[in-house]
Amino acid sequence: MATDAEVRPDLPARQFDALLDAANEGPGVQFDGLYVHRGAEDYDRLGGYTLGTPEEERTNLSESEFHAAAAARAEYVTNWYFWRHVVGGAERRGGVEGDAPRHHRRAFLRWVERADDGDQTVPERYAALAGGVSREWGQLRVTATLGPAGERRYELRHVDDADASLDDLDAFDDPLAARDVATYDEKGRYRPLKTAPTLRSGWVIRNLDQRAVVQAVDAFYPATIANWNLERAGELDVSHWDETAERQTGIYDVVDELSGDAVDRIAESCCVDSQCLKRRMWDENEETELGPERGEGIFPCREPCSLVIAAARKWTTLEREEPRTYEFELTPSEKEQLEEIVDAVADGRIDEIREADVYDGANRYRARYLRAKRFDEEGNLSGTPTEPDGADAGGGSGGDASESGEADGDEAEPAE
Amino acid sequence: MQALVIVAHGSHLNADSSAPTRDHADTIRAVGAFDEVKTGFWKEEPSLREVLRTVESDEIYVVPLFVSEGYFTEEVIPRELRLEGWDVSKWDSDGVDADHVSLTAADVGKTVHYCGPVGTHESMTDVIIRRAESVTGDPDVGEGFGLVVVGHGTERNENSAKAIHYHAERIRDMDRFDEVRALFMDEEPEVDDVTDHFESDDVVVVPLFVADGFHTQEDIPEDMGLTDDYREGYDVPAEVDGHRIWYAGAVGTEGLMADVILERAADAGAEIGEAIEVVRERTRSAPAAGD
Repeated sequence: MATDAEVRPDLPARQFDALLDAANEGPGVQFDGLYVHRGAEDYDRLGGYTLGTPEEERTNLSESEFHAAAAARAEYVTNWYFWRHVVGGAERRGGVEGDAPRHHRRAFLRWVERADDGDQTVPERYAALAGGVSREWGQLRVTATLGPAGERRYELRHVDDADASLDDLDAFDDPLAARDVATYDEKGRYRPLKTAPTLRSGWVIRNLDQRAVVQAVDAFYPATIANWNLERAGELDVSHWDETAERQTGIYDVVDELSGDAVDRIAESCCVDSQCLKRRMWDENEETELGPERGEGIFPCREPCSLVIAAARKWTTLEREEPRTYEFELTPSEKEQLEEIVDAVADGRIDEIREADVYDGANRYRARYLRAKRFDEEGNLSGTPTEPDGADAGGGSGGDASESGEADGDEAEPAE
Repeated sequence: MQALVIVAHGSHLNADSSAPTRDHADTIRAVGAFDEVKTGFWKEEPSLREVLRTVESDEIYVVPLFVSEGYFTEEVIPRELRLEGWDVSKWDSDGVDADHVSLTAADVGKTVHYCGPVGTHESMTDVIIRRAESVTGDPDVGEGFGLVVVGHGTERNENSAKAIHYHAERIRDMDRFDEVRALFMDEEPEVDDVTDHFESDDVVVVPLFVADGFHTQEDIPEDMGLTDDYREGYDVPAEVDGHRIWYAGAVGTEGLMADVILERAADAGAEIGEAIEVVRERTRSAPAAGD
């Protein structure tokens, strides 16, 4: 044991009293390497107290000796107190205090300080916590540290700000500041999908207690802790595309028309890591997997989300159209430029293209030149009308006119 | 432990849509009546499908932040929350009478006290009046004033109009305002002709909407002739046909809405102590949510 790294917290009277109660009244304590009971064995209520850790066992102690022994192993006792009485959610199994099933807050907090894998003794974990233990949750960096009596403090910041000095960050101590940070991206655009990889940096939320840190993480990435923990327990209730589409009513009733190929394209368009940090666990159905990568994210996606369903409604109407053969006149470079433009939009690269970079086909001047050359007054590519008779597009790209007039687009549902 | 879960529509496009929901949740959280206060959305996160699993409490009071009974409260919310054995007949409502029903949410196995929407609760009448007080800056507003409760109105859902008429009638019975009318965006009598319906010089217009958005910020001000172009804004009050129109914007942004949410939960059996009185007092001086 590296003695210089040891962190020995204070043992407040309240914590020792709780330990004493557990030894006197209950079956004792058996948690994270600490065991405590009264009597020679844990079923024996006579005789002195026993306090054991992986380092040593002390038996037949008087109450004052027990107190001294507990203070000498205050890491273990404060650790037990924190998890038993502050966090809660402990459940005794085979005499040992483990995690109650579906206690997502406890499971997450254990994971944050790497208590869940059991590789470290409590003194080793305390030594690590004294310097701060950090883990990544999506684009969040969660850091746990230790207070003087074993209580944990947490800090959240963007992973990109891991090494940033506090002076350079906007500091908050209200966990609900997370809501405001998460609402808009770096460019001030609304983020309807909280798990999009567009969380802005430059902030820190500090001095969070164990409840507040979970509240904040849940504001950044709603329900991800619960779903992650359910998945760890093998209880994640995945709803595949087919059953999710089938469930829809109202204006979304139509999405079950989409073919498997279209669903594949939806997953590729919306659900890969570049678009969403959740790891897609749903497929077309139980038997038929979708092709695109599921993603590497730590928290799972258990069903197509409302954004996917709303977009799917649009694709359902678009997929009802039959392809036609058009004739366009383009130079080889102009054809490639159109491809470059689609790629630039699809990859969200538009804002990176420098104003004077005319070598990039998606450059604004290049696009304007192409439009000036190849679009007629009606905006038709190469002068080719969308409808053969030259009428306005019916079900084609112009079919949105009525919808775009409504501020909420596809959100216009029966009012109530 | 008991939790309050406020469920609302939310928006993929407009960040302000859910702002009042979160503000009311904050107001209620601050009075400490519930161990947990959460929000869940149809269009935002956590979704209605997943909000219940973020709750630790075993008793959950779900209050829909919707203005009337209909598609969302009767079909979408119970389905998405997986309320076992839900049937709209359990509310035994004639359109504005939904109170609460206690069911089990299948995925989390917890008891959910599913409440009627805020918009049809009798205390919503007080919020409309509070809104009229806020917009006129007069806590005694009434004499010499007309008041309009504006609804969306839609042929697909007759309950939408019922809620509007219900509150208009209750306000009329108070004899506080000289004239009280129920007007609609999409059906007769229409809000476009607001001044035709009043003799009073001053008319307060309160839309029974949960959040400000396209309808309350663009449609209604233009329809009433407060402005030709919503982007240029409008005066409060604005002169229209010799009347002064005091346009209040969505009633749902009024701080007192938190009281209606609490009333719904209390009616369903939540133990909230003095929370209703505290919220009524605190929201009196607070600026309207989302402002």
